[in-house]
Amino acid sequence: MSHGSSGSPAISAAGLRKDYGDRSVLRGVDISVPWGQTAVLFGPNGAGKTTLLRILAGLSRPDAGDTHIAGFQMRRSGGRARTLVGFVGHQTLLYSDLTCRENLVFYAKLYGVEDSAHRIGRVLERLNLADRADRRVRTLSHGMQKRLSLARAILHEPAVLLLDEPESGLDADSVASLGHLLKDWSTSGKSALLTTHSSEIGQAWADRVFILERGRLAGESPVHGNALPTQSASRPGAAHG
Amino acid sequence: MRLLSATLAIAWKDVRLEIRSRDTVVSALIFGLIVVVVFNFGLNRTPGSLAPAAPGLLWVAYGFVGVLAMNRAFAREQEQGALDGLLAAPVSRDAVFLGKMLGTLAFMLVIEGVLLPVFAVMLDLPALSPTLGLIILLATIGFATVGTFFAAIAAQTRSREILLPVLFFPVIVPVIIAAVEATALVLQGGPMQAVWTRWLPLLVVFDALFLVICPWIFGYVFEG
Repeated sequence: MSHGSSGSPAISAAGLRKDYGDRSVLRGVDISVPWGQTAVLFGPNGAGKTTLLRILAGLSRPDAGDTHIAGFQMRRSGGRARTLVGFVGHQTLLYSDLTCRENLVFYAKLYGVEDSAHRIGRVLERLNLADRADRRVRTLSHGMQKRLSLARAILHEPAVLLLDEPESGLDADSVASLGHLLKDWSTSGKSALLTTHSSEIGQAWADRVFILERGRLAGESPVHGNALPTQSASRPGAAHG
Repeated sequence: MRLLSATLAIAWKDVRLEIRSRDTVVSALIFGLIVVVVFNFGLNRTPGSLAPAAPGLLWVAYGFVGVLAMNRAFAREQEQGALDGLLAAPVSRDAVFLGKMLGTLAFMLVIEGVLLPVFAVMLDLPALSPTLGLIILLATIGFATVGTFFAAIAAQTRSREILLPVLFFPVIVPVIIAAVEATALVLQGGPMQAVWTRWLPLLVVFDALFLVICPWIFGYVFEG
């Protein structure tokens, strides 16, 4: 699988700044996620986690700084970079009056997925939604909609996953399945960056941890055994990678 | 090719959603019928007295139902954050704009196609002519192009239902003037030279201009 420009990290951002009016949400954030790693972004509400993910997904323009996905600069090569990203936000990004399959067929067309029928069948199977494939999204529970949102994000086999609190609304089994999916994801050499408020989940899934506070990176560390970033707030505690 | 396939996918998705929910076409159609009926009974004191005002009434009705359809076009994208799904996809912003515009155009043409015979019967006018069909098509392309752009802008605000007509109608005035004047000539059976040499070219130029300007600005506004 092509991972873009050789030697480039999966995700990188340098000097990111974002202001909403006179409120600074990001104040010069630098992060880099290597290939084959799952990075977890911790931080209190309002720290800028969602804004950072939206900028990395190409949904918001930074006021300063650059982002690269697999070496492709979002500002100049947005189309190529977007092909390599799967994004799950707070909302499902789905159409409630279409069925699960119709939603995925639509996104498969936008992403130019080849052999889409086969691929859709596989992701629905993977997310335990095969028996709901032809039901309208609005008839599904919140957890199922969240799983379908994940199916949409991995449909085109992106090299990078950006997940904003992906575990919210999922039951214990689904959270475990998501953990397995992320493990497989990083094992296959792909990368993921996710936000969560659950230090337990974050520790279990992370190869690398970032802590964001008031728009600044307050801590960063690879996770080896119990090694964690030294940071007073949001300290995740012991971890295993 | 990618632009075309993405544009058609987005437009077809909107058509399919509308077939499922029918909320845009049905509500706009009922509103349009009410406008035609209210104008008819509110102003028609003697048979034939509404003929001079008929073109204006037709385009006022079309303008109002158009705004209703445009408001829904992007409201649907906001419901589950689906607009983010479109913008995160590796398709050009032109494809997103043109897909939404084609969907809106289809809804408006369906509504106008149903309202026109009703209008013809209620006002006793020869409203079914190919030339009038061409005028309606060109004016509706202008409506849908400008309306889709402002609907996208308005959808980002809390007062989108109010903001859209405030932004839309001042810009669309040339289309309304051209459409009303050309419709009047067709309905009155007058000389058609002005229709072909003045009003239809004006509509074509407006459409061409805004089909370039609107996707360009849309791409800038929604660029990530």
